[in-house]
Amino acid sequence: MNFTLKIWRQKNAKAKGKFVTYKLNDISSNCSFLEMLDILNEQLVLKGDEPVAFDHDCREGICGTCSLYINGHPHGPDTAVTTCQLHMRKFRDGDTIVVEPWRAKPFPVIKDLIVNRNAFDQIIQAGGFISVNTGGIPDANAILIPKEDADYSMDAAACIGCGACVAACKNASAMLFVAAKVSHLALLPQGKAEASDRVQAMVRKMDELGFGNCTNTGACEAECPKQISITNIARMNREFLGAKVGSQKKRVSSGGGF
Amino acid sequence: MSSLALFYSSITKKIILALAGLFLITFLLVHLGINLLLLLNDGGALYMTAVGFMTTNPLIKIMEVFLFGGFAIHIILGIIVQVYNWMARPVRYKVEGYSHTSFFSKYMIHTGAIIFVFLMIHFNNFYFVKLGWVAPPAGLEKEDFYQMAILLFSSRFYSIIYLILMLFLAFHLNHAFQSAFQTLGLSHTKYTPFIKFAGTAYSIIVPLGFACIPAYYLFLK
Amino acid sequence: MNKLNSKIPEGPLAQKWSNYKDHINLVNPANKRKLDIIVVGTGLAGASAAASLGALGFKVKAFCYQDSSRRAHSIAAQGGINASKNYQNDGDSVYRLFYDTIKGGDYRAREANVYRLAEVSGNIIDQSVALGVPFAREYGGLLDNRSFGGAQVSRTFYARGQTGQQLLLGAYSALSRQVKLGNVELFERHEMLDVVLVEGRARGIIARNLVDGNIERYSAHAVILATGGYGNVFFLSTNAMGSNTTAIWKAFKRGALFGNPCFTQIHPTCIPVHGDYQSKLTLMSESLRNDGRIWVPKRKEDVEALRHGKMKPKDISEENRDYYLERRYPAFGNLVPRDVASRAAKERCDAGFGVGETGLAVFLDFAASIKRLGKSTIEERYGNLFQMYYKIVNEDPYENPMMIYPAVHYTMGGLWVDYELQSTIPGLFVAGEANFSDHGANRLGASALMQGLADGYFVLPYTMQNYLADQINVPRFKTDLPEFDAAESAVNAQIQKLMNIKGNKTADHFHKQLGKIMWEYVGMGRNKAGLEKAVEQIRQVKADFWKDLKIPGETTELNPELEKAGRIADFLELGELMAMDALNREESCGGHFREEYQTPEGEAMRNDEKYMYVAAWEFKGENSVPEMHKEALKYESIEVKQRNYK
Repeated sequence: MNFTLKIWRQKNAKAKGKFVTYKLNDISSNCSFLEMLDILNEQLVLKGDEPVAFDHDCREGICGTCSLYINGHPHGPDTAVTTCQLHMRKFRDGDTIVVEPWRAKPFPVIKDLIVNRNAFDQIIQAGGFISVNTGGIPDANAILIPKEDADYSMDAAACIGCGACVAACKNASAMLFVAAKVSHLALLPQGKAEASDRVQAMVRKMDELGFGNCTNTGACEAECPKQISITNIARMNREFLGAKVGSQKKRVSSGGGF
Repeated sequence: MSSLALFYSSITKKIILALAGLFLITFLLVHLGINLLLLLNDGGALYMTAVGFMTTNPLIKIMEVFLFGGFAIHIILGIIVQVYNWMARPVRYKVEGYSHTSFFSKYMIHTGAIIFVFLMIHFNNFYFVKLGWVAPPAGLEKEDFYQMAILLFSSRFYSIIYLILMLFLAFHLNHAFQSAFQTLGLSHTKYTPFIKFAGTAYSIIVPLGFACIPAYYLFLK
Repeated sequence: MNKLNSKIPEGPLAQKWSNYKDHINLVNPANKRKLDIIVVGTGLAGASAAASLGALGFKVKAFCYQDSSRRAHSIAAQGGINASKNYQNDGDSVYRLFYDTIKGGDYRAREANVYRLAEVSGNIIDQSVALGVPFAREYGGLLDNRSFGGAQVSRTFYARGQTGQQLLLGAYSALSRQVKLGNVELFERHEMLDVVLVEGRARGIIARNLVDGNIERYSAHAVILATGGYGNVFFLSTNAMGSNTTAIWKAFKRGALFGNPCFTQIHPTCIPVHGDYQSKLTLMSESLRNDGRIWVPKRKEDVEALRHGKMKPKDISEENRDYYLERRYPAFGNLVPRDVASRAAKERCDAGFGVGETGLAVFLDFAASIKRLGKSTIEERYGNLFQMYYKIVNEDPYENPMMIYPAVHYTMGGLWVDYELQSTIPGLFVAGEANFSDHGANRLGASALMQGLADGYFVLPYTMQNYLADQINVPRFKTDLPEFDAAESAVNAQIQKLMNIKGNKTADHFHKQLGKIMWEYVGMGRNKAGLEKAVEQIRQVKADFWKDLKIPGETTELNPELEKAGRIADFLELGELMAMDALNREESCGGHFREEYQTPEGEAMRNDEKYMYVAAWEFKGENSVPEMHKEALKYESIEVKQRNYK
C-alpha cells in the first residue's frame, strides 16, 4: 500500500512546528501504524534526516504510552484500540494521513509527536490512591465485595492513562480520566473511607492544570481505547456533589501526639 | 457573582449551570401553556386572564426574580465555561475531531447565543413594553399582550424568524436535557435511557408547540 | 570463593525468613529521614520498593525511562499472580507453592529464596486488595482463582486479562501517595547509564535526561536496580520496545556478578511472526490454555491443504488432529510448564506439521470449550484477549482456532543477588526480573508478578534496613566526588563515541542482526556448534556496529536513535555472555535446552552432578573473557527429581 503522510514536526518545546509531507510506498496491510512509522524513520535516518519522534513502548495496547491524533481521531480510525494496535489495513491504498500530537494546554509538545502528560501523574498524586502503607493488612477475603461492584470498578480501572480522552474532547477536558480513577476507587469498600477528600483533591488539581470543562459531548467515550464509559463522569459528579454538600468543615487536629 | 464564579471548581460551575438550565426548562413549559391559549378562538380572553395572573400575582412576582436570576446564571456561567474550554486548547488541530459524538453538544454556545439574541428581541417586544421602557405599537395599551402577539405574528418576516429560532431552541434543548442529568450525576443503567428519550421528546414537542402559533398565522390565516 | 556468599539464614527452611527478620539491624525513624535510596525502574518491583521504603521514612529517588512511572512493562502481564492462599480448599500451601516453583524451575533456584517468596505470596494479595486492585470475585464477594501451567491447584488471582496492569497501578498509586507526602521524588524520562561506586559501595547513578540530553548525577546511600529483563536481546520478544539491559549491564561492568545469563523463557502462546517489518511479538495469556486445546494436523497433506487455503482448520476431523500436548503429557495436558509447551510446538513445526503461512505456528482451539461452556462464558473469561487477537490477525478466534507460536518472554537470569537481594557490589540491590533469584531455569506462569511485588513490598524493606543500619552516620553524598566525575566522563565518552561513528546503518539494523543470531542459536534449542557460531557472529556484528552505525540528531535533545544505540551496544555484549553461559552449561534444564542432552523421548536431561549450581559471571575488562563463579545449590527440604508432567 502507498500513503502520503502529513506529520507535525517540531524540534523542541520552544520551537515553532510545521507539517511535513512524506510519501511512503509498499507498506504491508498487516503492518501496524507504528511499524509503518518505523519504516519511515529508517528511511529518514538513512537519508541523514532526523526521524519522527513519537511515544511508544509496549506495543500491545496496555502501557498507554503511544498517542497520535490520526486523521481527526486519537489513536486513529479503528475503535477500541491504541495506535500501536492500529493496522494499516484500516486505511485505503493511496490515503493521505494527517498525524498530529495530542493538543491541550496541560500537554505541551516535547518534540514532534511527543507530548508531556505529566499532568495525569500530578492528578493521581493529588489523591488518586488509597492511603495504606505496606504491611499490617487484614486478609484479602476479610472484605466481601459484590462481584457486580468489582466488575464496575474493573471497568473503570482499565484506563491506561493515554490521554486520548483529552485529545478527543473539544474542550480538552480530562474528566473521563479523572472519573475513571475516582470511580475505580469509589466503587470499592477499601476506597470509600477517603472518597470525599479524594474526588475534591483530584478535581481541584485537574482544574489547576488547565484542562477544560466537560460538556458531555461523549467524544472521550467514543475514542477511549479501553471503552471507558461516561457513566463514570456522572458518578464522579455525584461523588463530588455529595462531597461538597455532605462534608463537614475540615477538622482541626487537637494534637495529642508526641 | 461572576468574579466568584471564576473560583468555583469546574464541576460546581457545571452543576449550577445544569440546575439553572433545568429551571429554565420547566419555565418553558409554563410559557408554552400560556402561548397555546393564543390559538383559542375566544378573542384572547383566556390568554389575557393568564397573562394578568402572571403579571400581578405576588408569588409569580417572586418567581420572576428567580427566573431572571436563572437566565443570568445560565448565561454567565455558560460563557465562563466556554472561555475556559477555548483556553484549554491553545493550538488547534489541523483535522478537527471526527469523533462520534452527540452532534448538538458541540454547538451549545452557538445555539445559546442565537437564543439569547432572540430573548432580547422578545423582551423588547413584550417585557420592556410592559415596564414602559419601550413604547407599545401604535394604538395598543402597554398591557395588551394579546394584540401585540397577533400583530407580531401577522408579520411574515417575524413568523419565519420565530420558526427558525424554534429549530435552534430544539437543538439546544436536545443536548441540554439529558446533559443536565449527566452533570448532576443522575446516570443509571435503568433510568438513563428513559431520560434520554424524554429529553429528545421534550426538545421536539416543546419547540413544536411554540412553532404551532406562527405556523398557524403563516399558513392558515 | 567468598565472592558468592548467599547469606542464607540458619534454621529450618520454614523458619529462615522469620529468623532473619527477628535478628536484623533496623534503622530508627529519625535516622531513616537522613538516608537516601535510589530506585531505578518503576515496574512492580521498583514501584513497590520505592513506595514501601518511602512509607518507612527513607528519602527515595525513583527513576524510569518511560514518560510516567505507571507505564513499566509489568503492566503488560495478563494472566495473574500466584499466592498460596488455599482459598479453593484444593490442597494448596506455602510448601506446595514453593515446591511447584522449584520443580518448575527445574531445580536451579535457591531453596531459601523461593520458600520466602511462597511465604509472602499471600501478603501480596492482601496488600494489593487494600490498595484497591479489583481482582475477579465470585458472586459471594470472595476472591476468585484460576489455574495456571505447572500447578495442579487453582492459586492464581486475576483481574480479567489485565492483572499486571492492575497490580502495577496499585503500586503506582502507593508510589504517587509517597510523592505527595514528599518521601519519593520521581524522575521520569531518565535513563540510568552508570552506577557510581565510592569506596567499593554503590553510592549513586549517572542518568541521562532523555528530554534535553543532560547527563545528570544522583547520589544516595544505596541503590536498587529494578529494571526488568533483557529479552529484547532477541530483538523480537514480548517485552516493551524500551526494555533493556543497560542498567544491569553497567552494574555488571562495575563488578556485580551476572547469574545464569542464558536462562531465557520462551513463552508458548504468542501471535506468530508475520513479516520483516515486525517490531515486537504479542503474547496471548497462558490462561488461554485452561480452555484452549493445542493441536496440529496429523497428516502432511492436511498441512499442505491448509497452507494453500484449500481447507479450513475446522474441516480437519478429530482423528486427523494431533493434540500433541495431551498425547505426550496426559497428566498436565495443555497445562504443562511453558518451556515444555514451547519445545513441543517447535518439535512439531520442525517436523513439518506447523500451520500458517510460514509453517511456524500451531492451533489453539476453543471450539470444544465454546461448545461445552457457551460462547458467552468464553467471552467473559477471555474477551479482551480474543479482541486483541482479532485486531492484530484480522481473524475471528471464535470461528477459527487461534494460531500461536513461542516467543521470547522473560529472562530468569539477571544480576546475582544473595538472600538479601544484594548484588556483589555492597549497597547495590537488585529486584524483580533484573535479578536471577527465584525462578531457576524456568519461571512458572503468574510467578513474575509475585516475585516483583514480593521483592518490593516485603523483602527489600527489611534487607535494606539491615544494610543501612550502620550507615546512619554517613552524611548525604555530594555529587562532586571524583568518582562521579569519572563515571560521568565515561558516559559522555561512550555517547560521543557512538555519535562519531557516522556510518551508514541504523541501530535497528544491528539489533535485528543480533536478534536473528540469538533466536537461531541461543533460542529454544541450543547446541555446542551453534553456540560457538553465535559467539563468533555476535562479535562480528559488534565490530560492524562500532564501525558502521549512524545516529542522526544531537546529543543535547530528545534523540530516540541515540537511546536505542546505547542499549544495543550493551545487548551486543550481553548476547555473547549468554552464548558463553549456554556453552558452559552442558545439560538441559528448564528453558535451557541443549540438543545434545535429551532423553530418547526428547525431554530435557539435567546433569545434577555437574551443573547443580548458579553460574555467576564476573566482568574482567573489555575484550577479556569473564570469569565464572559457582554458587552450589543445596536442596535440603526437597527431593530432587527428574521433572515429569506426564
